[in-house]
Amino acid sequence: MHGEGFFYQAFVYLAAAVISVPVARRLGLGSVLGYLIAGVAIGPFGLGLIGEEGQNIMQFAEFGVVMMLFLIGLELEPTRVWRLRAPILGLGGLQVVSTAAVVAGIGLAIGLPWQAATAIGLILSLSSTAIVLQTLNERGLIKTGGGQSSFSVLLFQDLALIPMLAVLPLLAASTAAVHGGETTAAHGSTWVAGLPAWERTAVVVGAVATIVVGGRFLTRPAFRLIARTRLREIFTAAALLLVIGIALLMAQVGLSPALGTFVAGVVLANSEYRHELESDIEPFKGLLLGLFFIAVGASIDFALIGSRPWLILGLVAILLTVKFVLLFALGRVFGMGLDQNLLFAFALAQGGEFAFVLFSFATQNDVLEQEIVAPLVAVVALSMALTPFVMLINERLFQPRLGTRTAEKREADVIDEESQVIIAGFGRFGSVVGRLLTANGVRTTVLDTDSDQVDMLRRIGLKVFYGDASRHDLLASAGAATARLLLLALDSPSKTAELVRTARKHFPHLTILARASGRSDAYDLIELGVEHVYRETLDTSLRMGVDALRLVGLRTYHAHRAARKFRMHDEASVRDLAAMRHDRESYINLARERIRDLEELLLSDLRDRDADADAGWDTDSLRQEFGQPADD
Amino acid sequence: MDAQVPATKILILFAHPALEKSRVNRRLADVVRDLPGVTFHDLYEVYPEFDIDVPTEQSLLAAHQLAVFQHPFFWYSTPAILKQWQDLVLQHGWAYGSAGTALRGKMMLSVVTTGGREDAYRRDGFSRFTVRELLAPIEQTAYLCGMDYLPPFVVHGTHRMTDVEIARHADDYRRVICALRDGRIDFAAARRHDRINRRLDEIVQDPMVER
Repeated sequence: MHGEGFFYQAFVYLAAAVISVPVARRLGLGSVLGYLIAGVAIGPFGLGLIGEEGQNIMQFAEFGVVMMLFLIGLELEPTRVWRLRAPILGLGGLQVVSTAAVVAGIGLAIGLPWQAATAIGLILSLSSTAIVLQTLNERGLIKTGGGQSSFSVLLFQDLALIPMLAVLPLLAASTAAVHGGETTAAHGSTWVAGLPAWERTAVVVGAVATIVVGGRFLTRPAFRLIARTRLREIFTAAALLLVIGIALLMAQVGLSPALGTFVAGVVLANSEYRHELESDIEPFKGLLLGLFFIAVGASIDFALIGSRPWLILGLVAILLTVKFVLLFALGRVFGMGLDQNLLFAFALAQGGEFAFVLFSFATQNDVLEQEIVAPLVAVVALSMALTPFVMLINERLFQPRLGTRTAEKREADVIDEESQVIIAGFGRFGSVVGRLLTANGVRTTVLDTDSDQVDMLRRIGLKVFYGDASRHDLLASAGAATARLLLLALDSPSKTAELVRTARKHFPHLTILARASGRSDAYDLIELGVEHVYRETLDTSLRMGVDALRLVGLRTYHAHRAARKFRMHDEASVRDLAAMRHDRESYINLARERIRDLEELLLSDLRDRDADADAGWDTDSLRQEFGQPADD
Repeated sequence: MDAQVPATKILILFAHPALEKSRVNRRLADVVRDLPGVTFHDLYEVYPEFDIDVPTEQSLLAAHQLAVFQHPFFWYSTPAILKQWQDLVLQHGWAYGSAGTALRGKMMLSVVTTGGREDAYRRDGFSRFTVRELLAPIEQTAYLCGMDYLPPFVVHGTHRMTDVEIARHADDYRRVICALRDGRIDFAAARRHDRINRRLDEIVQDPMVER
């Protein structure tokens, strides 16, 4: 039934993704869950459209994780990584060690030999980079305290993979057979396999140094040359080549490819090609990750689960509980707030994709028996599949209580000072708005998802709630029923749109003022019925334009008035075009659409240039009427 | 309010840059703001950046028969925005000049508050000129536009004014505006005084029921 060539497979995978992911997102479940469900659906225990090749696909698709870490590296400047060193080493190290110890302890308790127990402990201490980061990203939680801590721990786990691969063969119950086996390209035979420890270390250090030095000094001239060809696909090819090359190099020296590309990403974070690289790699990463999640879904062995359901489910529960408790405890030790700590602990409680690799590696090295590994693989896969659910439960069930509990506590003493203004988002945009209002004695209530920010603002006595403002219960606890204005200053256009819908449904009396990133974003908001829309860069660009006009010699006042006129004109045109856009049913080609809009704008700018509104300061007509020399 | 048949539509061009700090002008504004037949146009509120929309202002003027400049007396003149308004809106070829006939036959009234007492505005007083003399530029502007400039409504001595006095001036102002709107002003009588609110009972013909 399955396996009729590449196109058939591609069709099955793509169709599954295209159908299930939009449905899952629509239901608010997130894309990861959508992919997983798609995988189960087309897998051997669903429609049976794909079979055993799911495993191979997974190894291929793991490359999505590698690309994801490259992209994350691109967003992280070296100084920021350095600032994260305490959570990476401290939090991450303690998490791996403590989880490994407890899981190994449980293994010993049920009578496994210590070698096998240790191996299982180490393997299960890892969490799923792919699922956690994708879910956090999608929910906009990656920049929060809990998100950053999760990221740090995942980074450490990637680091820990290297010593684990080294240690596992040593745990072999029988003869220590240090052979790589033919598991995957990533962890197969390496250059360093036969070398003594110090040489191995030297090679590893050398490889990382190559990436750093090469990234710093070689890639930029290389990319410059490639960019000069003006062939976009060649640039894309070069970007892919870079990532794949680094992954191969890392695999050869026995390092995690994800870690290597992460380092490369960090090195390139300051480069001028950063955004180009990002947008080139992004779609590949998305598709491969999706493929990976589908493969995870398809690989869940329901036959095995069916034969011993209670054992498997019990093990899943134990795994999730143990990891959750340890993570939560560590979060407490590291001083995380309750809400962030819950996010952190729920996010990382599953097993990771590297467990699949390590389990088969351990089996080949005679550390673990196949009978032990098979149920554990199912347990890890199930725990990964449950993660999006678990995080959803955290978001819907636990976090709202935190938000509202604090709100209730405070409401007792603030009833007489109800804020008239609610600000959603207190980043670089919202904070300025909020400061202006506060400086003029207008009370505001702030909602933000950055817990550090929230802590700080609370300390200086502002009414601040942690949380996602698009939840209507949180809006309600922030006083939306009595407020007059709702200021949306969020980064994400989709969040803003969601919030507009929520607010209009539950609190129709609120006047909404919304930040928009650009024109098309503004169109969407206008279509949603928002009257006050603020494009975030418009005023700044105009100020730059005014200065440019001045510097080429125009009078300052003239330049200022020109900019004001331009802005009025531009605001009017946004409204016109928004209405027109509504008529054009769909716009598949956004880029062409944008160019058309711009053309329209430029033309009307030219048209209106001659219509001078300030003719009162112009003496031309006066000179014509009265200016004839008297003695003529 | 009963709508009189030949109602004069009134446009109040109001200029106060710090209304939140005003005592007298705020009260004067409040009593006329919502009157039927009166368009209250708060210039600082509409044009915080002085970017007067000329076509809009001109069509407003065209739609009314009486233009009122209501403002505090700043340096013997209007607040800046009202000067800006004059400079831009009263265009040559529209408001004056051989083709500028848009305002002909309309009326203009200044409503001015001064901090100083009335006796300061005398030849031998601190200000050396009467308010009517100091308003000459506006009167001349009206004249050049072919408008009929009415004696101003002046409230003197706002620096030391009790709430009772403010209330009385506000009443007077509302009375004058209503009478102008409804055509109950004796213009000949009004012109005998230097300000319209000198002897209101001689000037305003109150209807039996009203006020």
